Order: sequence, then C-alpha cells, then structure tokens
Amino acid sequence: MTAPLEHLDLTGPLKQVRKSLPHDSAEKHVRGTAEYIDDMVEPVGTLHVVPGWAKDAVRGSVHAIDLEDVRSAPGVVEVLTAADIRGINDCSSAFGDDPVLAEKEILFNGQVVFAVVAETREAARKAALNAKIEITPSTPILTPDDAVDADTTVMPDYQFRRGSPETGMPASEAVLSGTMYIGGQEHFYLEGQVAMALPQEDGGMLVYSSTQHPTEIQHTVAKVLGVPDAAVTAEVRRMGGGFGGKESQANQWAALAALAAQKTGRACKLRLDRDDDMIMTGKRHDFKVEWKVGHDGSGKIRAVDIQFLARCGYSADLSLGVNDRTMFHADSSYFYPDALIRSRRLRTDTCSNTAFRGFGGPQGMLAAERMIDAIAIKTGRDPLEIRKLNFYDAEHNLTPYGMPVEEHEVMLDLVEKIEESSDYWNRREEVARFNSENAVLKKGLALTPVKFGISFTLKQLNQAGALVHLYTDGSVHLNHGGTEMGQGLNQKVAQVVAEEFGVTLDKVRITATNTSKVPNTAPTAASSGTDLNAMAARKAAREIKDRLIAYIGEQYQCGPEAIHFGDNKVLVGEQAFSLAEIAKQAFVARIQLSHAGYYATPGITWDRESVTGRPFFYFAFGGACAEVTIDTMTGEMSVDRVDILHDVGHSLNPAIDLGQIEGGFVQGMGWLTTEELVWDDKGRLRTHAPSTYKIPTASDVPEDFRVDLYEGEGNPQATVYRSKAVGEPPVMLANSVFCAINDAVASLNPGEVPSLDAPATPEAIMKAVQDMRRRKATQ
Amino acid sequence: MRETIRFLKGGEIVELDDVGPTDTVLDYLRLRRRETGTKEGCGEGDCGACTVALGRLVDGKPVYQPVNSCIQLLGMIDGAELVTVEDLTADDKLHPVQAAMVACHGSQCGFCTPGFIMTLFTLYHSEGQQKSRKTVNEWLAGNLCRCTGYRPIVEAALDACFDAADDAFSWRANETRERLQALADSRDVFIGDSERFFASPSTLDGLASLYAQHPDATLVAGATDVGLWITKQLRDLSRTIWLGRIEGLDRVENSPSGVLIGATATYQASEEAMTDLSADLGELWKRIGSKQVRASGTVGGNIANGSPIGDTPPALIALGTTLELQTIDGSRALPLEEFFIDYGKQDRKPGEFVTGLFVPRLSGNQTFRCYKITKRFDQDISSVMGAFRFTLENGVIREARIAYGGMAGIPKRAAGAEAALTGALVDDPSTWGEGMQALLTDFTPLSDMRASAEYRMETARALLAKALMEISGTAPEDIRVLAQREADNDRAA
Repeated sequence: MTAPLEHLDLTGPLKQVRKSLPHDSAEKHVRGTAEYIDDMVEPVGTLHVVPGWAKDAVRGSVHAIDLEDVRSAPGVVEVLTAADIRGINDCSSAFGDDPVLAEKEILFNGQVVFAVVAETREAARKAALNAKIEITPSTPILTPDDAVDADTTVMPDYQFRRGSPETGMPASEAVLSGTMYIGGQEHFYLEGQVAMALPQEDGGMLVYSSTQHPTEIQHTVAKVLGVPDAAVTAEVRRMGGGFGGKESQANQWAALAALAAQKTGRACKLRLDRDDDMIMTGKRHDFKVEWKVGHDGSGKIRAVDIQFLARCGYSADLSLGVNDRTMFHADSSYFYPDALIRSRRLRTDTCSNTAFRGFGGPQGMLAAERMIDAIAIKTGRDPLEIRKLNFYDAEHNLTPYGMPVEEHEVMLDLVEKIEESSDYWNRREEVARFNSENAVLKKGLALTPVKFGISFTLKQLNQAGALVHLYTDGSVHLNHGGTEMGQGLNQKVAQVVAEEFGVTLDKVRITATNTSKVPNTAPTAASSGTDLNAMAARKAAREIKDRLIAYIGEQYQCGPEAIHFGDNKVLVGEQAFSLAEIAKQAFVARIQLSHAGYYATPGITWDRESVTGRPFFYFAFGGACAEVTIDTMTGEMSVDRVDILHDVGHSLNPAIDLGQIEGGFVQGMGWLTTEELVWDDKGRLRTHAPSTYKIPTASDVPEDFRVDLYEGEGNPQATVYRSKAVGEPPVMLANSVFCAINDAVASLNPGEVPSLDAPATPEAIMKAVQDMRRRKATQ
Repeated sequence: MRETIRFLKGGEIVELDDVGPTDTVLDYLRLRRRETGTKEGCGEGDCGACTVALGRLVDGKPVYQPVNSCIQLLGMIDGAELVTVEDLTADDKLHPVQAAMVACHGSQCGFCTPGFIMTLFTLYHSEGQQKSRKTVNEWLAGNLCRCTGYRPIVEAALDACFDAADDAFSWRANETRERLQALADSRDVFIGDSERFFASPSTLDGLASLYAQHPDATLVAGATDVGLWITKQLRDLSRTIWLGRIEGLDRVENSPSGVLIGATATYQASEEAMTDLSADLGELWKRIGSKQVRASGTVGGNIANGSPIGDTPPALIALGTTLELQTIDGSRALPLEEFFIDYGKQDRKPGEFVTGLFVPRLSGNQTFRCYKITKRFDQDISSVMGAFRFTLENGVIREARIAYGGMAGIPKRAAGAEAALTGALVDDPSTWGEGMQALLTDFTPLSDMRASAEYRMETARALLAKALMEISGTAPEDIRVLAQREADNDRAA
C-alpha cells in the first residue's frame, strides 16, 4: 500500500475546498460520541416496537391470526395490526404496493403482519414469537426464471432501440451469445434500520429515522397516520451506513414506530434485529442476462441485443429507476451501432429489491464486459484491445439512448494512463508465463473502464434546498436537504460554505437534516448529494454575502471589488473587520442574515415516454486493473493487485473522495466474489446474518492496492468547483476483479468463453473451471 | 460464596449484585450505564461493532483482549478490567489509536469505528507483534467495515499500534495490577436463587456438585455459541454456570507425547501449541472466528455443545484426539469422533462436562495436512473442511486418518478412503484412485447456504488429492492460493 494523494496540491488560492480535511464527525466517531438514533436519550416511558411475521409463510392468503399469546406476554402494551392504521396502509415510494402491515395476503417470507409494542425491546421480541398465523399457501415464484415462466412483472417492459439489430446482427462477420446470472447484494449497513417517533401536540409526530430520504419518511408517516404532511417532521443527523438500503426501505420502520406512538401516545422506538433486517428489507437486484453481440471479425461491435431479466421481488419499490439505469449502463464505455436493450421487471415472491449503490448500473456494465471478454476470447485478441477498439470516440459518441459522451477523450486518456501505470502489457506476459508453468493455480488480469451517468433519471429529483443563517457572533448555521451516511457530504458542503464566507470550518455549524428546515427534498442518492446540496448551500451563502457586500458598499462607500471575505475577516479597502462585526452592523441596519438556497440541475431533458432527451448532466469516469490467482482444485481465489485511477473532476476533498473510491471498490468486489445471497427452494433467505453472508474483511483487500485520482481539466459542466460525483461510480471498478477471474478461468481452454456467474464464489469458480475442462475433453 | 461480581471500569471498582443469567455486557453498557459508544451491529459476534477490551492479569501484567460484548455474559467480566471506547481519552485528549484513525481518515459512517478502536487498543497493548499488514489483518478479521475498504484503518493501525504502549493504561499498569489482584479470589460466585441464577464456581468439585444439582443448567465457557442462544434464539436460560474461574481448567500443557487443552482454554491460548504441532493446524486456528471469538471461545465448549459450527473437530479427529469428560461420580475418556453421535446429538450424560482434550503429537513418520474452504478467507465457517494424517513407511501409507467437516451432520472420518489408501504409495498418484473413489460412498453431503452437495463432494476429493500431492511432492509448484504454510515442519521424514 502506498500513502496516496501526497503529490496532489489541488487547493490553489482556495482555502477550504479541495483540502483533505477529515470527516466533520471523525473525532466523534473515534470517541464513540457521534450520536445515532439508538444512542439518543429516550423520553421517559419510551416503548419498543418489534415487527412480527409468519416464519414459515412464503406466499399465501391469511386465514387465521391469533395474537392472544402475544398480547398477554409480559411487558406488552399494545399489538398493532393493519386495522390500527387510520390513514393508508402503504409505505411505498410511489406505486402503492407496500403494505406497512399485511392484511389478507402474505407476499414473501419475512413480510410484517403485526407489531408488538412493549416496555422493553427484549419483551417485545420474545412476545412476537408467540403469534400463530395460518395461511393457505400458494406455489411461490422465486427466481427470474420462475417469473418469466409465470409471466409476472411489477411494471411493464421497457426498451432502448437504435438502428436495427435485426439486420445488423446477420450482417456481422461473427455473432456470439450467452447467458449470465448476476447475484444480488445485501447492503449490510453496520447500523440497522431504526426509527424513533415522538408524539407532538395536535396529532403531530416527530420522527427520527435512519433514512436517506427524510421527506419520504415525512410523507409516509403522514399518509399512514392520516395527518397532513405539515403535522410530521422527520430528522436525521447521521446514518451508520445507507448504500441505498435506506432510500425507500426506511419507510416501513418509521411508519410502524409512528403508528405505535399514535396509538399509545408515548414515544416509540423500533430498531430491527440484524436477521430481521436482512430478511425483511430488499437488496441489490439479481439478474439473468441474455446477450447477443455481432462484430466485424476483428472485434469491432456491429450490433447488440441484450435482455435484462431482473428479480424485483414482491413490489415495485424503486425497480423502475434501477432497471432503467441498468439499461443506461448496458453500453459500459462502448459504442453499439445497432442496439436493442430490453428490460423485464419481474415480480417474485421475495423481498422487494431496492436501491443499492450503483442502482442497477453495475449489472448493466458487467454484462457489457462479458460481451467484450467473449469477443476477445473468440478473436484471440487481448480484452483491453477490444475494449479500446469499441470505446466511444469523436465520430461515435452517441449512447443507445441518444446522449453524447462528450468527454470520450477523458475516458480514453484515463484508461491509457492506467494501462501504463499498471504496467499492463508486461504483466500480461508474466501472467501468461505463470499460467504456462502452473497446473493448479492460474492467474488472470483485466483492465476495465467505468463510465457512470450522473443525475437522477427521474428528472424531478434533481433539485435541492439549503438553509444558511449567519448569526451576529459570526457563526454560521448550515442546513440542507442531503443526509449524511458516512460519505462526508456534510463536510464537503461545509467546506463550500466556509469558502464562501471566508471563514474556517469551526465557524460553520453542521446540523441535522430536518424536513421543517428544508422541505420537499430529494433522497440523498444517485451520487448527487454534493452536486445538489453544496450548490444550494453555496447559493444561500452567496446571497447572504451579496447582501453584506451591498450593505458594506453603501456604508463604507466602496465598490464590491474593494470588499474581500477571507481568513475569518472581512476586508473593506484597508480596513479589516471580523465577520461578527459586519454581521452585527448588518443586523442593526436590518439586513436579513438568513437565506434558503435552491438549486436545480440544468440541462437534463430526459423523457422516458418518448425515450428521448438527455438523462445525465455528465459522466464520471474511472479505470481499474486487477490481477487475481485462482485455485483450479478448490475454486479459492485471491486478489493480488489492483490499480485504480478515478475521475472526480476537481476534488472538493481528496481524502474523502479517496475513501469513496476505495470503499466503493471493496464493496463492489464483495458483491462479485464473497457475498452470496441464498434462498432455499421454499423461498426463505438462508443468508440472513453475517455468519452466513460474507462481506469483505481487511484481509480481502488486495495486498498491493494502488489508488489515485485522475488529474484532468475538471468537470466541463458547471458543478460546484468543477467537481464530480463519486458515491456510486467506484463500485464498478470491481468489474475488473470479476473479469480477471474470468480471464484466469479462460486460460484453461483458450478460445472458449467461460460460463462464470456472479458472485465468483469458490463454488462458482469451480463450476466454470469444470465446464471448461468438460468442453476441452469433448473437443 | 460471593453474591456479586466485581470488575474495574474507568479506574473504579464496580460491584454488581443484580446479574441475571442471560445479561450481556452490551446491554449492561448501553441500557444500564447508558454508555452508548459501544454499538450493536449484528448481535451475534460477527461484526465487531460491540467490541470492548477485557484486561486480565497474565504473569502479573494486565493483558487486554478484544471481546464481542453482545454475546459476552455480564457475569463473565468478573475480576477483569472492562475498557470501552469512553474510557480511552485521557484529559479529553485522543488516545494514540483514536488520533491515528482520525489522521488516516479511518472512519466514514462511524458506526463500526468504536469497535475498531477497541480492537486496535488491544493490539496497541499487545507486545511482540510483528509490524505488518498481515498482523493487522489478523487482528481486524472480526471487525466489519462497510464504508472504507479498510486501507485507511490498516494504515492507522500500522502508524499507532507497534510502538511500546504509552497511554493512561500503561502509566497506571501497576495500580491496575494491584486492583485486579485484589479482585481475584477463589470464592464461588452465585447470584440469584435456585430457580434463576448466574453462577461461577472456582473449583472442579464445586462445578461437579452444582451441575449435579442442576443438570439442566447451561454451562458457559466463552459464550461465543451460548450467547447466540440468548440474542438470536431468545432462549430463556434460567440458570447459567460460567466455567471461566475454575482453577486449572484453562491449562494448555505441552508434553513430548502431545498437548492437553483444558476445557476452558481459549482458541487464543492454545494457538501457539497447535502451531507447534503442525503449521497447517496453526493456520487453521488463526481462521477460527476472529480475534474476538478466539479470545473468548474455547475448543472444549465448541465440542461439548456439538456446535455445527466447528472447524477444529475434523483436524483434531484426524490427529487422534481423545476427549476427557467428568461427572460428580468420576471421569472417562473417549476418541473425539465417538463423541459426535448425530447432528445435534453428543455422547454427554446429564451432569457430565468436558474437562479437556488430548492431541497427540505427530510421530516422525507421520505427516499432517488440513484445509479449510470458505467463501471468505477470514471469519467464515467452512463449506468443506478436510484433515489428513498419514503414517508413512518407505513411501507406503501405513495408516491414513482422514476426517471431514461439512460432509455429514457431524465431523466424520472417511472410513472407506482410509482403508483404500492403506498400502498406497504416496509418490505414485495411480495408487490414490481407490481412496479418491471411496469418498463417493463414505459421504452423502447436503446442499445448504454454504455450498451444494456436488461442490462439497468434488472439493472433498480435491483436498485429498491436494494433501497427497503436497506430501509426495508430485506437484511441481505451490498449489495453494490461500493459507500458505509459513513453515513446513511436519513433513514426514
């Protein structure tokens, strides 16, 4: 490992942004004083809520619920069922198909049927075991294949089409096709789902929720309680991880806590047990992908036909956006002259799959890399050559959905830089030599690109608000609609606001996200948290500053060019004031020192109905080169070296961005290697705890791990300080690991495309190895 | 008789007389003391967010071990110093490991951070560790972080943890020693009444008579398994007897003939002796659970409970281990494999408890290999675990002891393969075939979340082949991608 970033000096004349400042809560994290919802001092008499479910039920109609033994258990105060809901029994984001408490039908194993409210959490958990729920089971639909056979979907199919693959494919010199299964992923945020609801006067409710989307918590709670939105306030200071799992799926727990609080008039808290959390909440979508690609014989793609079959689970949740994003990224970084990209959103009797960092994009890109690898194997050329051959360029820069890839030169430059810094071609030879000398262990190498579209593809979400107050002692109160889940959003936004006022960070007070301060917000998702909220906060700060400048100009008879904010001072010509002095003067002069800033991303015009327009403000780019070794007797694998170069535009905080890149990569690597979700044939999730579901540990991180930020011209779009979003794109750097494993398997039988599925567990690797050996034996 | 537990926390002696049989340290901290720095991530000892440090005297010096407080019974901290993240700052100044974590940007969401801090605190106080990424990874195997990708945490550990300890705990080590010595007594602890109690006898006889009175009581050694009965199965264990204070039961004794592991000796305590028996055994020991699990968990407890989560029994069976049991009426010993009768069923009578196991040393003409196959290298339970001891004579296999985990409901010997390989030539792969073939009838493995039956069978065969290839030297090159042996000290002469 090398100490990264020491060579970077990005700040220039800037004082606060582009600096590697620690996370605003870093000291509190290490002291254990950063407060999460379960750490908050509970009001006297707080009750605890535990959701109850039918352990053996998968799909079926409920014909008897006996909760008598639950009610009579020690410590139980109340048992809630759907009949207790005064408003609407739904906690979905949009589609109305997520009951808070199931009524007549159970739709998946883990669906909540009732909720116990008790004096202690332990009493509630024990009482919940006493329920007797009888159902009339129906045959469950579990896998994408089952759902295709039964033709069940959560929403209509959708497709992108360019040109005519029907004619392009037969006109190709060579046509390849295949099927690939891509597994899902559990979020495994370290802090599980949690909410605490406090009844307020006049039927109001204050809800603390570990959520990426406080506005949706507010709306959901209001809807379920049957009260106006204005009666509900949602607040979150920080989450112990989100990763998409708390975008829509924090709703149910907040709604249940609020329902219990409404019913009992007491504060109520619900914190899910880890196993319940993993069983009840949705995950990254798993896919079956059917692909077909035609090329010109040398490897240049002529036509592509891909079908994505996604397991969405029992309800729609965010599957529309997730699967659209899969389609938006089915090109990875490659130009498809004729393309048909189809998507089916399959309904299964399993938990409702949801947002997960990358939001469908990783699966789309992985399928594209499989096609490239197949072409390389069949043409006998190096996969990197095929990748570059098919990159977008000046002539071919239109994606299948019609948006130009304006920064194709950045994409190529970045990949060429990592090709050089990773010493790709020499190592390719070393890998070949190793493989010729070793019968049991085989090495693989792969260099894969990342191109990720930045913006919510649901246009209305691309807006943000912020609330900034300047107090008369010169301190600044900062609030915005984004939520902190560890990504350092608050720190970045605070740096931007500090820069604006010319003050140090200690003058800027970061405060909890709260729907009564900044209303009608978008979720903190789609990597857009900083792009949106830092812009809104900057506008708020700038407005206050402009008012101060106008006041100073009048008071001291000088032009704006003579006024300078910096070093915790305001310079007016030769005179220096503290910001407090200026703020006091302005207050006396009756200048408003508070402003609500607002920002809406410009230039995005996507229209889903007509499949036209521009969905993304810009693309973020990256590249990774991975080397792995596999054991062809057992399927065990180690990642030996990974080189990463990633484009964050001009970084707002290089240390935080580096953390996102490394963390995203390792999380993506887990998805593609050790993290396997297993349902049994009855539809019960068998991997519902960290004892059976294995996210990476420290020893899984490559021994040789070299990560750097791409130094370019910055974001060509007018983002905040020309930075780029960084939350999700790095997940897809891990595609390099999967492709390297595939490369190692491919070495067993040159010219044959391995049938490796994701995740590449030892068993999946052995399956692909044995398949290669079988094919070799029959050749 | 003492009706309280006593421990040191934040420089103060704490004495509690209200300790329930299933109270956990984590609930005590968060709910009773309202010290919320220690977090619950999973409630089953797999994520490390709840890690606290327990200091106990070893050779008269306080030694700190990380433990998962979510599955540690409160009564088990009797006589120890309990250190939590709240205790680390001195005069409000960050501890060196805290400062390094900030400087290296080692936290993002921060929820796992207190657990990491506490594990690093124990590494900071651990003497004689080799400064390397490998050492750090080993220590951190039981702490999951979902945000950072670990690199900055490992860097913080390398920066902060390998110099001589210089913190408030090292400054007051003498005082701590005196206070811990003052807490150490040989009185039996009993809190509660005969219906519901936490007990901690201090002698084997005391245990035998208490257990004879309450044969339905739950014996607890490290609680790394029993803890989950409480937190996950919500079992109401009304009587728990902790074995951790029984004089001499935690011994690890090396002798020319083998190693005796007392029933309450932790994995950690027996690691060195196991590494000395075989490099592979040492590697296996390092991959049992995590640092936290190994600091509490015991081999004896793992066997006594017949935990399906047992990666040591196949290795111990292949090595010819005998198990020693005792009741108030006397003791007996039996080959370890005979203790496991069926899934969830062991040969343990009411009132009977495990006192120890004896692992024979390899003789000069014996060689041993074991392999643990998992989805994740560290802190994972094997899908297949294979262990092999061959007794060789002039290149002929005179005896084969082969045991597998994951291939049946219990750890089990491969009787057919053992017989078929007896007489085979270790250097001639053509003589291995019958043994390989016999595995197909020795076992009928099941499919579950860890692996399919097909993969298990294929891998079981591959591991036998691998062991023979390694021992014979017929493989021209290194044939392990993981768990490389650090030393080859058991190659048969």
